Amino acid sequence: MKQHDIQLDKDGMLRHFLTIEGLKKQMLVDILDHAENFSSVSLRQAKKVPLLRGKTIANLFFEASTRTRTTFELAAKRLSADVLNININTSATSKGESLLDMLHNLEAMQVDMFVVRHHSSGAAHFIAQHVAPHVSVINAGDGRHAHPTQAMLDMFTIRRHKQDFTKLTVAIVGDIMHSRVARSQIHALNILGVPEIRVIGPQTIIPKEAAHLGVHVYHDMQQGLQNADVVIMLRLQRERMEGALLPSEHEYFHMFGLTEEKLKHAKPDAIVMHPGPINRGVEIESSVADGPQSVILEQVTHGISIRMAVMSMALGRSSLADGGQN
Amino acid sequence: MGSQQVRIKISNGLIIDPANNIESKHDIYISEGRIAAIGKQPDGFTVDETIDASNCHVIPGIVDLRARLREPGLENKGTIASETRAAAASGITTLCIPPDTTPVIDTTSVVELIHQRASEAGYANVVTLGALTAGLKGEQLSEMALLKKFGNCVGVSNALSPITNSLIMRRAMEYAASCGLTIFLHAEDEGLAGNGCAHEGAISIRLGLPGIPETAETNAVSRDLLLIEQTGVRAHFCHVSSANAVQMIARAQYDGLPVTADVSAHHLHLTEMDIGYFDSNCHVRPPLRTQRDREALIDALATGNLNAICSDHEPHDADAKLAPFSETEPGISALETLLPLALRLTDDLSLSDVINRLTAQPAKILGIDAGTLSVGEKADICIYNPETNWILKTEDMLSAGRNTPFAGWEFKGKVMHTLLNGKVVYTNK
Repeated sequence: MKQHDIQLDKDGMLRHFLTIEGLKKQMLVDILDHAENFSSVSLRQAKKVPLLRGKTIANLFFEASTRTRTTFELAAKRLSADVLNININTSATSKGESLLDMLHNLEAMQVDMFVVRHHSSGAAHFIAQHVAPHVSVINAGDGRHAHPTQAMLDMFTIRRHKQDFTKLTVAIVGDIMHSRVARSQIHALNILGVPEIRVIGPQTIIPKEAAHLGVHVYHDMQQGLQNADVVIMLRLQRERMEGALLPSEHEYFHMFGLTEEKLKHAKPDAIVMHPGPINRGVEIESSVADGPQSVILEQVTHGISIRMAVMSMALGRSSLADGGQN
Repeated sequence: MGSQQVRIKISNGLIIDPANNIESKHDIYISEGRIAAIGKQPDGFTVDETIDASNCHVIPGIVDLRARLREPGLENKGTIASETRAAAASGITTLCIPPDTTPVIDTTSVVELIHQRASEAGYANVVTLGALTAGLKGEQLSEMALLKKFGNCVGVSNALSPITNSLIMRRAMEYAASCGLTIFLHAEDEGLAGNGCAHEGAISIRLGLPGIPETAETNAVSRDLLLIEQTGVRAHFCHVSSANAVQMIARAQYDGLPVTADVSAHHLHLTEMDIGYFDSNCHVRPPLRTQRDREALIDALATGNLNAICSDHEPHDADAKLAPFSETEPGISALETLLPLALRLTDDLSLSDVINRLTAQPAKILGIDAGTLSVGEKADICIYNPETNWILKTEDMLSAGRNTPFAGWEFKGKVMHTLLNGKVVYTNK
């Protein structure tokens, strides 16, 4: 029995944005193109368009986040939507209210979209399976599973610099095992036709089965970076030093931290990316993070455009169905 | 009970009684709750009631090696009455209960309560496993001799709680051996299993779910087999899930160790792929593994290295499954799919072998008189129509737990009547 992709409505339009996996190339290109249009909005004196006027978007963050939540909030406001920020640490679930009860309460307040970040893989799918038919869900990161808007803003950044995905070698360095960002990036890169995707790190954070995702596994930094066009550094969580995954930050930096020296193995025009927040001196040297090849701050800017694109596609769709009032 | 005096004739059914090597059409005569005769009506036997079993198979009542009825302790998920009623409707006449009730089965009073409730309900026989360690804490031996003597516990087990200290496992095995008790083992290395909730492999990597590697099972099987060899205890491995664990157990059996093993019906039909996009009904422990593992489990069932199929019934309230995958409780409400899932195995096993692994074999593992249709035995009987097609709908389920990944599956084979001690406890209307 083939499962219906709950991300799409019956016309194949984006209803929820939960994972990159399973989406068609054209859908990803559409998102990038929309984002390209929106990027000019942010440069205008009046940074607003009225596309989602009258819509209510709830940011449901079960996990701390500054950058992602802020850019989602800005994106929603630039689309003229009303935004509700709900910080779950101080809210109901700690009082024993179930996740579903809480959702249904918010639905009763006529919320049109949930932007969800949650510590459990599959949380966004779970919520999407249980919301009312008119509500859209955007995954802002679920456990180790997916962070699709982050991956799309990364694709946007790559496209700005490299144009043709089908000629690229992309190296992702770090904790693939625990990274929802890496999983979503890998799906997006594969769908967009990148011929060579590499992941680099020790086996404790790059399990054997990672090859199933469609990547080549390297345990040696120099070999992995050889002739790469794009180098993506992942954030190394401090807690990975526990549980015998890695011996120390010191050794990690020595082996896998991106230095100017190591970056020389990549192509001379390679770009360096990082989803943030950066641990300087752990996964990346300051001179590289702030250096000429770094596009890290651009990524943040692009995050707003991508989130505007995804929100307007998911909610604009339903307003068309309502009779095209916009 | 007066109703037990009713003399019943089951006519025209195809009797499948693997323990007696019978697979042919006979009438069965029942009186005083026991099987009085097969084939020929005994002299002086007057039939009070006839059950027409034309087009049906008549098999010994199913013996389910492991079913959680949730009482005492978790009555919001099920009660002995609700779950034994579901068992009766599924042709199951004996249920073995693991000791992880609340309170734990480490005193005879808990056993007494369970037996009393089961006998009040009157739908199925219930036998219990006593706790291997006090409170299942893995620290101190339980009073297993007393549990056997006064609680009639048929074996001992630490249920799903690990015994990490190998010395304590060794002592527990030695003590169980001297009590003549079989030890029922859930093979899981606690450290390797970690906080995993799905088989560590392609699917867990894709979905970003914490994985439980195969070595969590094989490492525990390996240690336990060495200790079984050292202590000589009779041991049974519960719900084996991986090809390599099966191979290790088969090897031990070949070497003459007193070891048996079972598999849950869902591990014979589902793999990690069935998790799809986070279907929490496929969250089970041990986890659903790969297609290769599934095939090896079926092969081992055919060769007899896996001795029995059980339901591993774990009914849940709806809330237990309404959460992101890793936060849901593991388990399937499985009584009502045990026989139909087993009947789907007849491409790989003979029908008689399938029935054997649901009846005589599990009874033998538990050391109880059940699972056969021998003359003089208690008349625990399941009569099913092998040709009836039906679709599982959760709203039709009798168990208090509706947590099943098999909803919407079409099955062939429907229970028509179930007899317990010669009394009809279920009739399909």
